[in-house]
Amino acid sequence: MSRPDIEATAEQVFVALADPTRRAILAALASGGPATATDLAGRLPITRQAIAKHLALLAEAGLVTAEQGERRRVRYRLRSAPMQVAQQFLAALARDWDGSLDALKVHLERPEARQGDTK
Amino acid sequence: MAFPDRIERTVEIAHPPAKVWAALTTAEGLSAWFGKDAAIDLRPGGTASMRWDSGHTADMRVERVEEPVVFGFTWHIYGLPEDDPRRTYVEFTLEPAGAGTRLTVVESGFAQLPEDAFRTAYDGNTRGWSSELGELVDYLDVAA
Repeated sequence: MSRPDIEATAEQVFVALADPTRRAILAALASGGPATATDLAGRLPITRQAIAKHLALLAEAGLVTAEQGERRRVRYRLRSAPMQVAQQFLAALARDWDGSLDALKVHLERPEARQGDTK
Repeated sequence: MAFPDRIERTVEIAHPPAKVWAALTTAEGLSAWFGKDAAIDLRPGGTASMRWDSGHTADMRVERVEEPVVFGFTWHIYGLPEDDPRRTYVEFTLEPAGAGTRLTVVESGFAQLPEDAFRTAYDGNTRGWSSELGELVDYLDVAA
């Protein structure tokens, strides 16, 4: 994957996660494993038609893949690879060096530290 | 959307490099400002670890030790699964600045992805698990 693809992937993940219904669908697939649109409609307070529409968007973003289930029904499986790409973006935001370096500066420059050990 | 690969910060500290070095590279120093419980084997290839009150832990691998100028280590990328091999590299550089120290920290590698190998390996793993579990189910069905 080239860099622009990485950014596009992360953006699709964030767009997908911005919608509460899609988050609920992904959470259901993560906790319960692969499921059909009908299975999901039985577990979530959403119509099967709405679920099918959201699953199509999630498949487009690469977050779920369609596979052949029993009796020729299409099952959707969670695909976490794009989320790992988005996680790298979040990791950079979460690293908080500003907070850590402030703590280092405060630790070294507090008056007691200049006079030696205070522990 | 900008996807940062590296974070760079500089801070001026009113203490000489030797003192800053001790705060960065000793268990006592690290536990005073960075993690809560810290341990470190200060040599290239040595391991270091920190723990926070939140329960979060960090395991580091020491890469560069050039007292009192450069200290570098790699650690796990926050948020990725424990067994994910990708790591970011953190390097502290200490420069004398008057009676104090100019400390620069650079953490790089957030945007790393081993090209197509990532997708291939990952999808391969996913398929591997579903076939392994399928075999387990088959085995249990036969045994029952």
